[in-house]
Formats: sequence, C-alpha cells, structure tokens
Amino acid sequence: MKNFLAFVAVLVLGFLIITSLNNNEAFPNYGEADISERVSQAYIDRSATENPGDITFGETTDLESGPANIVTAIVADYRSFDTLGEVTVLFISSLGVALLLGGVNRKRIDLDFHPNFMLRVGSRALFGIILMTGVYVAIHGHLTPGGGFPGGAMIASSMLLLYLADDEFRVKIKGFKMLESVAGSLYVLIGLTGLLLISGGFFLENFLDNGVIGNLFSAGIVPIVYVLIGLKVGSEISGIIDNFLTEEAV
Amino acid sequence: MLVNILEIVVSVLMLVLAFFAINSKSLIKSVMFLSSLSMLAVVGFVLMKAPDVAVTEAVIGSGLVTTLFVFTLLSARKVGN
Amino acid sequence: MLQYAAIAMLMLGLYGLLTQRNVIKIIVSLNIFEIGLNLFIISVGYVDDGIAPILTSNFNNNGLIFVDPLPSALVLTAIVIGVGTTALALALANNIYQKYGTFEIDEMGEE
Repeated sequence: MKNFLAFVAVLVLGFLIITSLNNNEAFPNYGEADISERVSQAYIDRSATENPGDITFGETTDLESGPANIVTAIVADYRSFDTLGEVTVLFISSLGVALLLGGVNRKRIDLDFHPNFMLRVGSRALFGIILMTGVYVAIHGHLTPGGGFPGGAMIASSMLLLYLADDEFRVKIKGFKMLESVAGSLYVLIGLTGLLLISGGFFLENFLDNGVIGNLFSAGIVPIVYVLIGLKVGSEISGIIDNFLTEEAV
Repeated sequence: MLVNILEIVVSVLMLVLAFFAINSKSLIKSVMFLSSLSMLAVVGFVLMKAPDVAVTEAVIGSGLVTTLFVFTLLSARKVGN
Repeated sequence: MLQYAAIAMLMLGLYGLLTQRNVIKIIVSLNIFEIGLNLFIISVGYVDDGIAPILTSNFNNNGLIFVDPLPSALVLTAIVIGVGTTALALALANNIYQKYGTFEIDEMGEE
C-alpha cells in the first residue's frame, strides 16, 4: 500500500514536470535553446562591462575575463564568490565527517588483505603519474576541460591508491589540515587584495594583467585561484578518505 | 544519426541500471550498479557537449563516491563478524 | 531523449527515497536523484550542432555556436557538493551501524 502511494506520488511529480515544460514559452525544447536571449551570451562575448568586439584565440588581449575555457571564466572569475561559498560547504562537510568518525588515537582498519612487495613498489610508480595528472589538470584549468575541482579529486585519488596498496600507510593528517587552511585563507586574501589595490574595486577583482587569451600565463588571478581550489579540494577529500579507513585504537 | 542511436542506448541503459540499483537485494551490487550508472552519465554529459562536467563526474561520481560506499560496507562487515 | 531519461531517473530516485528501508539504499537513491537532476540541468543548455564552450586553436573565435556554459558551471560545483553530502551521510550510516548493528531501519530501536 505504501509502495503504491509512493508510486502514485512519483507519477504525479513526473506528469507535473513534463506538462509544465511543454506548455511553457520560456522553456525551449531539447536542442533548440536560444543562447542569444540568455545571460550566457554576455559571458561568451566577455561583454558584461564593456564591448570588446570579436575575440580570436591567441591574439586578443586585455579582455575583462581572460580564460579561453568559458566555464572556467564563469566559475573562477564572474561567479567566484559563489565558488568561495561552495568551497566553504565542502569544508563544513569534511569537518562533519571528522567530528563523526575522527579522534585522537586512530589506527588503520585491518583489511584481511596484505599487499606483497611488487604491489607496494608498483603503486608508488603509478602514484606519481596520477599526482602529476591531477596537478596538470588543475594548472591548465583556464585552457582545457577540467580545473581545480577534478584536479583536486585526482590528487585525492592518488592518495587513495597508496591507502589501498599499503596496509600500514597513513598520510600526515596534520600537514593536510594545514595545507587546506592555508589554501582557503589565501583564496580570501587574494580577494581582499583586489578590494584594496584598485580604487573602487570589489571583492575578488582581477588585479593582474589578463594577457593574451589562450596562453598558459594569462587570465590574471584565475589560474592561481583554481590551483588553490585544487589543493583545498584534494586535501579535504584525502582527509575524508583517511577518516573512513581508520578506527579507534583499542 | 549515429549520435541519436547512441543517445537512445545510453538513456535506456541508464534507466535499467537505476532500476537495478534501487531494487537489487545485495548492497554491494547496488553500489556497483550506481558506479556504472555514473560512468554512463559521463557519456551523456559528453554527448551534451559539457566536457568539464564529464571530467568531474568521471573522477568523483564513479571513483570517489563508490570507494566511500565500499569502505562503509567494509567496516560494517568487520564489526558484524 | 536524454532529457526524458533524466526526468525518469529523477522519478526513480524519488521512488527509491520514499520506499526503501535500508540506510545505504536511501543514500544510493539520493545519488541517483542527484545524477538525474544534473543531467536535466545540462540538457536545458544543449544546442543542436553546438560546440563545447572552450576556445581552442581550431575553434578560435566567439562567433561560433556554443552550447550554454552557465549550466555546466552550476553543475560542476553541484557535483563536488554532492560528494560532501554523500560522505557526511555515509559517516552517519557508519555510526548507526556501530550502535545498532544493522542498516535496516525496521530492526533498530530495541536496544
């Protein structure tokens, strides 16, 4: 009976969603969206404050927002304040996990599985490759798909590999907590610098030169902020993994 | 045309996997179905031309979330014994 | 097609949330709900024959037809928040197991 009621409620929800989508003039059919009527067109043209005209990859200089990847321009430049709040949410959730599972005297859970010598050494070699991929993705966030969030998650998954391949290994959890707080504070400090250096500036304003669009050293503070986000996300998720794989020492 | 067929295949497979993930009796099977569902969602994101989201979902959705589920089940099994 | 699949997945996730009586299954349903919602938000910005919103040396000016970059940016952060909430929920489930010795909600509460 309960299952039947739930089924009816779900069907009503689906019916409401589909009818309200089909009878809504503001809502386009799948694949027929008109970008030029949306706010996204201003982000693509970089024309939120000024009109730069046509943009060419590798030639145009000094746009209001420098990254070649438009998603990065939105995440780390136009809506950077949102991202700061989002990083705070992740910090609070990792704090909650540490409160629920953490403690002073922790030791590794016994996994009934003892890795041999080859596995330990081989995983050390793979660890370096995965770590480098994560750092590459985080640094090139303003040019290629990816950025700080997946880069940080890749750094955390390289730590996860070490945890799985060695049943004695633990990261230096205090160092990771330190790294996380330093990265978070630097993000806020960079925002405050933009507020202070430019007269009439605002929080998280880009105070460095934007350079040529498409170069590695371009886009002002965006790569710096994205690398900081990557470090913060990586250390937070590594801390969560450590909390899940340890237990209270008896 | 090819893309349309791929879209239909991915959509149907995702729905089947979601049904199995909710209704399977064993917890670890449920988690594995969730992981493969995430992997197919990555294909869906690529078909909709959102490579940033696809990279993030591939690392986080099918990698880290699955390991967190498996660790929880693992520590639960240890306490149960 | 992918849009309707996303809506159906959202419905399946909600059905799982309402009917399942196991803590792990509830969290799995929550994840399915979240994936369906993310697919739906991305599908709102899709344009036929559009290209991914990244300038490269092949697609090198802004006169081309791009898909909408704003849903991508929103979903990018939503996925990372999703892993945070999932980790918190799993930590709670772990504590529940330590106290009651089971994941089933119906078997709890005797002790």
